[in-house]
Amino acid sequence: MLAYLRAIVGPDDADDCFQETFIAALRAYQDMDGRHPRAWVMTIARRKAIDHHRARARRPEPRGELPEIPSEDPEPEETWSEVARLPDGQRSAVALRYAAELSYREIGKALECSEEAARRRVADGLKGLRKLIDEQEVRS
Amino acid sequence: MNEADDSQLSAILTAGIEEEAAAAALRMADRAEREGLADVAYAAYDSPLGTGYVAATERGIVSVALPNRSADQFLDQLAARISPRVLELRGRLGAALRELDQYFEGSRREFELPLDWRLVRSEFSSRVLHETAKLPYGVTSSYGEVAARAGNPRAYRAAGTALGRNPIPLVVPCHRVLQSGGGIGEYGGGPEMKEWLLRMEGAVG
Repeated sequence: MLAYLRAIVGPDDADDCFQETFIAALRAYQDMDGRHPRAWVMTIARRKAIDHHRARARRPEPRGELPEIPSEDPEPEETWSEVARLPDGQRSAVALRYAAELSYREIGKALECSEEAARRRVADGLKGLRKLIDEQEVRS
Repeated sequence: MNEADDSQLSAILTAGIEEEAAAAALRMADRAEREGLADVAYAAYDSPLGTGYVAATERGIVSVALPNRSADQFLDQLAARISPRVLELRGRLGAALRELDQYFEGSRREFELPLDWRLVRSEFSSRVLHETAKLPYGVTSSYGEVAARAGNPRAYRAAGTALGRNPIPLVVPCHRVLQSGGGIGEYGGGPEMKEWLLRMEGAVG
């Protein structure tokens, strides 16, 4: 889950969101979907990440976009920032698949969409990610 | 992206995550404790036999995992039978960890910890385990004797079952109960561990 949050809110704020998510999960554990506990927690994590993005948008800070550091190989920091630039649905789907390593079925549950839609969003996200990384390489 | 890219992406996105997650989990557990959200606290203890786990509720020590048991299995059981709000909180287990240390060093002969018996299922099991808890250090008994003290001398098999399911081994010293003929009998941690404990206590040569 921390890997997922790191991918969608960036490494600096992932820990805060992680804390918020777990505390919320502990408070709401009676509502847990026993068949898909990981997807359930990830749904909460995603909501916390969205809250976080909104809070950030309300108080405009000079931080803005994550820094783009040109280099030959995609460095970890850079891949996070590329994932963070994907549209919301794809960003979450890619992060759930590759950072949290959930199954498509679980991703569907977490994003409240079908397994098929989850698969499509991951595929689209990967295409988008590859494009962003290629553009980055052309620029550098 | 092909499969090689896929696993590379996973590797990049999860780089260094385990250490970070462990630290984040500890901070989270402390906060959950402060906010009263931890129903079960657990911590690892070290022993000459390996690492085990001990868990407590607000009432007292509720379960001990002998060093041969997997942490996952132990935690799953606590979550299923007590509450899913199981958190690693060494601070709440200070006394238990200290007493277990002293026991394995040979400087403690008796545990003075409050116990939570909620994982003991039947009335008879509960009586058997309460009787077992009274057995002094280095002194052995038999399944039949313990059954008799629990009120039913013929129920030595049921006593054996109750001891086999003892959720709080070591602290409730089921290793001190042997077969009537003097055979070592069974033990959750295996007969070798039982023998090791009895030798440490000087109960066997």
